[in-house]
Amino acid sequence: MPAADTNPDVSALAAAPGVEEWHLDLHAQGARRDEAVAHLHGILLRAARFEVFRRRGSLPQLSAAELDELVQDAADDAAVSVLRRLGDFRGESSFRTWAYKFALLEAAVKVRRRAWRDREVTLEPEHWESLAHAGPGPDDDAESGALLEAVRDGIRTALTPRQRLVLVALVLEGVPIDVLAERLGSNRNALYKMLHDARRRLRAHVAAAGFQEANE
Amino acid sequence: MTGRDLDPTLLRLLGSDEPELDCDECFTQLDRYVELELAGAPADAFVPGLRAHLVGCPACAEEHESLRALLELDSVA
Repeated sequence: MPAADTNPDVSALAAAPGVEEWHLDLHAQGARRDEAVAHLHGILLRAARFEVFRRRGSLPQLSAAELDELVQDAADDAAVSVLRRLGDFRGESSFRTWAYKFALLEAAVKVRRRAWRDREVTLEPEHWESLAHAGPGPDDDAESGALLEAVRDGIRTALTPRQRLVLVALVLEGVPIDVLAERLGSNRNALYKMLHDARRRLRAHVAAAGFQEANE
Repeated sequence: MTGRDLDPTLLRLLGSDEPELDCDECFTQLDRYVELELAGAPADAFVPGLRAHLVGCPACAEEHESLRALLELDSVA
């Protein structure tokens, strides 16, 4: 049983039902903390390895050693994040689950960026014109065609240039959001907010053209 | 034509007007949400807006799937 901690937040966590205790030593000093950090790193390695090997199909060119290097980097970066954000843990899940998500995120981002490292991201928003060639087929009705035209018109006229670029890259070109964030010098959250705003403008434009089902 | 009948690409372009979390908020709540799901609890009621975000954000959806799969693996091991 760890010694009582004078940090009131840590004491509260220790009292919460179902809270693992080892992670409380991450707030400690010396050998106790070192052991806890090693334990944490082991957990993060497990999650990072799980994620990298789950996605290894997107990195066929990498050797097992290179994949393992990705795993190690992801676990190391996740450890830094976890230790920096220890105060965010509120016991709403197990500490292991909470920590896992940091490693899964780091690993997923690294895999996506590595997979796209040598791929050009064509940041030419005019590529949305490819929608023009995805028009209704013989079995589609006139309403589908009209909706598609309304969407094309909305992309052309209702969005800012940046919104158009983000929407086209993420939705039409399938660029992973972390890859686009890196290329644009931005971050995932900012890009998603831009995508959200672009979608809202597009829905409003399409609804104003008489397609209320766009808001369903 | 209803929203459900829309082409998948159009659905991804238009998104939904359901309230949703952003990526940072989704990450913050993801561990709690997945544990609730695996416990058979009404996760969407406890964490409103997260499911709608997973529909709109493929990256967060992948990470949700991964966390869920890892915890399921842990429960078997």
